Amino acid sequence: MGFPTKNKGAILSRIATNDQHGENSEYFDGWKAYDKDPFHLSRNPHGIIQMGLAENQLCLDLIKDWVKENPKASICTLEGVHQFSDIANFQDYHGLKKFRQAIANFMGKARGGRVTFDPERVVMSGGATGANETIMFCLADPGDVFLIPSPYYAAFDRDLRWRTGVEIIPVPCSSSNNFKLTVEAVDWAYKKAQESNKKVKGLILTNPSNPLGTMLDKDTLTNLVRFVTRKNIHLVVDEIYAATVFAGGDFVSVAEVVNDVDISEVNVDLIHIVYSLSKDMGLPGFRVGIVYSYNDSVVSCARKMSSFGLVSSQTQLMLASMLSDDRFVDNFLMESSRRLGIRHKVFTTGLEKADISCLTSNAGLFAWMDLRHLLRDRNSFESEIELWHIIIDKVKLNVSPGSSFRCTEPGWFRVCFANMDDDTLHVALGRIQDFVSKNNNKIVEQISENDQVIQNNNAKKQNWRQSNLRLSFRRLYEDGLSSPGIMSPHSPLLRA
Amino acid sequence: MKQLSTKVTSNGHGQDSSYFLGWEEYEKNPYNEIKNPNGIIQMGLAENQLCFDLIETWLAKNPDAAGLKKDGQSIFKELALFQDYHGLPEFKKALAEFMEEIRGNRVSFDPSKIVLAAGSTSANETLMFCLAEPGDAFLLPTPYYPGFDRDLKWRTGAEIVPIHCSSSNGFQITESALQQAYQQAQKLDLKVKGVLVTNPSNPLGTMLTRRELNLLVEFISSKNIHLISDEIYSGTVFGFEQFVSVMDVLKDKNLENNEVSKRVHVVYSLSKDLGLPGFRVGAIYSNDEMVVSAARKMSSFGLVSSQTQYLLSALLSDKNFTSTYLNENQKRLKIRQKQLVSGLEAAGITCLKSNAGLFCWVDMRHLLDTNTFEAELELWKKIVYEVKLNISPGASCHCTEPGWFRVCFANMSEDTLDLAMKRLKEYVESTDSRRVISKSSHERIKSLRKRTVSNWVFRVSWTDRVPDER
Repeated sequence: MGFPTKNKGAILSRIATNDQHGENSEYFDGWKAYDKDPFHLSRNPHGIIQMGLAENQLCLDLIKDWVKENPKASICTLEGVHQFSDIANFQDYHGLKKFRQAIANFMGKARGGRVTFDPERVVMSGGATGANETIMFCLADPGDVFLIPSPYYAAFDRDLRWRTGVEIIPVPCSSSNNFKLTVEAVDWAYKKAQESNKKVKGLILTNPSNPLGTMLDKDTLTNLVRFVTRKNIHLVVDEIYAATVFAGGDFVSVAEVVNDVDISEVNVDLIHIVYSLSKDMGLPGFRVGIVYSYNDSVVSCARKMSSFGLVSSQTQLMLASMLSDDRFVDNFLMESSRRLGIRHKVFTTGLEKADISCLTSNAGLFAWMDLRHLLRDRNSFESEIELWHIIIDKVKLNVSPGSSFRCTEPGWFRVCFANMDDDTLHVALGRIQDFVSKNNNKIVEQISENDQVIQNNNAKKQNWRQSNLRLSFRRLYEDGLSSPGIMSPHSPLLRA
Repeated sequence: MKQLSTKVTSNGHGQDSSYFLGWEEYEKNPYNEIKNPNGIIQMGLAENQLCFDLIETWLAKNPDAAGLKKDGQSIFKELALFQDYHGLPEFKKALAEFMEEIRGNRVSFDPSKIVLAAGSTSANETLMFCLAEPGDAFLLPTPYYPGFDRDLKWRTGAEIVPIHCSSSNGFQITESALQQAYQQAQKLDLKVKGVLVTNPSNPLGTMLTRRELNLLVEFISSKNIHLISDEIYSGTVFGFEQFVSVMDVLKDKNLENNEVSKRVHVVYSLSKDLGLPGFRVGAIYSNDEMVVSAARKMSSFGLVSSQTQYLLSALLSDKNFTSTYLNENQKRLKIRQKQLVSGLEAAGITCLKSNAGLFCWVDMRHLLDTNTFEAELELWKKIVYEVKLNISPGASCHCTEPGWFRVCFANMSEDTLDLAMKRLKEYVESTDSRRVISKSSHERIKSLRKRTVSNWVFRVSWTDRVPDER
């Protein structure tokens, strides 16, 4: 492990020296490349555009305006400083009561008011990162297993396993059914794990999904709740993207299923929700993570553990006020959804013009892009990494390769679209367009001889399509998107 | 198959300890000057509430920091998005300089070796995860902060083996105590990975002497193990002596470039010095790159809120503020501690001589019925339920001698402290006649008798009054 022999005795722990923190994965390589050469519209227009960061920058103006208009919510302003000493002193791990009430209120509204949340079950944590680790510490011992549908958020390898010693076993989902999670697949993975004498403690999933951007339908979620109840294992649903749904109907939270399903079919002690304001509100810097469990012992234990990652009382106060402001919350949720929808549409339409399709999705801050046709070898992850390096080095975009999400099929990439302004998105799409059209022939040359002819014909068709579409794309852009984020009411891109 | 983890079902969280039970009783019946004057006065909480006015004044004069602005421009968006576990560079720089200032600028701290954490609670746990395997042990001098049982052991699986310190030498760490603890660990088949000390000490309120610090550095050097120095109270030193950090000792012994310096780690926090426990600002300082690197990754589980980092970077960068604050903080702590010490003396109670911290280590051995921890618990219950003061019994701090209590003085107003001392005095005087008088306590009563006649009158009428006050 590389310890100098003179330090033989004073070694560090295995945790400190293994790479289970996952930061040596490719997921972070792109970040590192970006950090060395970050794009800036005027200062570094040829730099790498960051499309690997699932941030939501679309509605920060709304929050900023609210903060400006509500000086009492800050302990630093003249209007609010009288609260300073009480708040600065407040380290009770129950959290400010009005903070918990405001969070419960916001969570309910983000789910269309179809469920209500009990503030007494709202437990703080250091972001969803802290929440996910905490829930593992509560539900599993070292060596226990949690099943997780893949592809999944790359950092789960760290958050769920690193310090907890918990093992995660993927339930692979495939493009053959649009990566839908089925109970059958979970059952199969469960049985396999049991056959290897592994102790499965539960199933954890992100809904809406990262990296897919899709939501579970109510039937499947209900069947999953029934499944975990029958097997007496836990279900943890990370609903961090709950309010990023922009189309395709309502988000169905597991809370809704718990409400609706027959009491004999669900053991609520097994159901737990992880939440955060980092994506829905775009406030990852404020470190607001929530563990919400229907199991009293878990609430109690998680609350004690929250001492290791409480939300700053300054932040609690501000958000308590903001999220109790119903007018603000209602408007925010509606506007956020609207802007995300537009951004998603612009992006996926732009990709289509470059003959790139994405998995149909209606939530999240990213698209799950299908680049299998650009791979040298459709069955090889080496090809995927080669293509990815080309995207970073030649197209100058940091995107995330599917392998970093443990996707079982090469060629899929997660591309984020909500962490930049319209101009930057325009530049990114332009680069993709240019690259695909210029390099179609080059990519074709790399494919085996058997495919040569077919590919040649396809390439010719594509070239023609490209040149025509590029013109119309530009026009589309100029027509509909001259004012950032605002679509002309007559634009054909507006959904009915 | 059991449903939840052993962490849930065990009591490794340590909250069944009397340290926390006293808090619970306080929560049920908290003192309030107007609303609940007969409630329990909280003296078990090591908070520093003495200098908020200084910070509030600073905020009023610095609207930019308060309004999340930089040079008049709003940086709200940047802060809202900032989740880099390296932390805000200007904050780490300001924090490093503040730590230097507290140590009289005798040692320097490199901001790149600082890892931010969600309070020292998180910092200490993170260091354990970095330095110890489950089942490895750290040696801690007793008495120690009760929260360590949770912070160091609960989720990490590490063990604590006590270094027994006794009142015979003011609870100082001796070489034989260190060796004994090390051997005890070996007997228990535990691999010792290091020593952890709190300096200035909680609950003693004393600073480690140079002799002790030298001893510790030599010890870890010879055993090839780590030393964690939790210096969370470094800015609460109010005596004439300077605070001597382990960093001072490394410098003075010319060990800064020696490999032993890589095994010395400092933990810090703004919860005590600045009285900001709500903001969750902790830090790990290490000369070992691997520790810094691993701890930094782990800090993802408990980063400091960016708006808090920004506010504090502005506050701590203002050197006028920091020097005024540190001075004034020390002054006010000194006065308040004196008030507690005199109040205790008036009740015939002494404490360990101390010049730091937010509490005194109080000697109530003479008030015990027997020299046992059962008697200590009995006395503690009386103090909580009858005298209505929540103080922390020595057993909860793993003290090896019964009869010592930690009593906090910086988390209440002067008037409340006065009242607390009055209550205690009344209690002591009422039990005087009931206690078996030992020679030392006999002397104490003699000095009490030297006071005014009214005291006698007071004592006689006290026994009549007691039923009413319940």
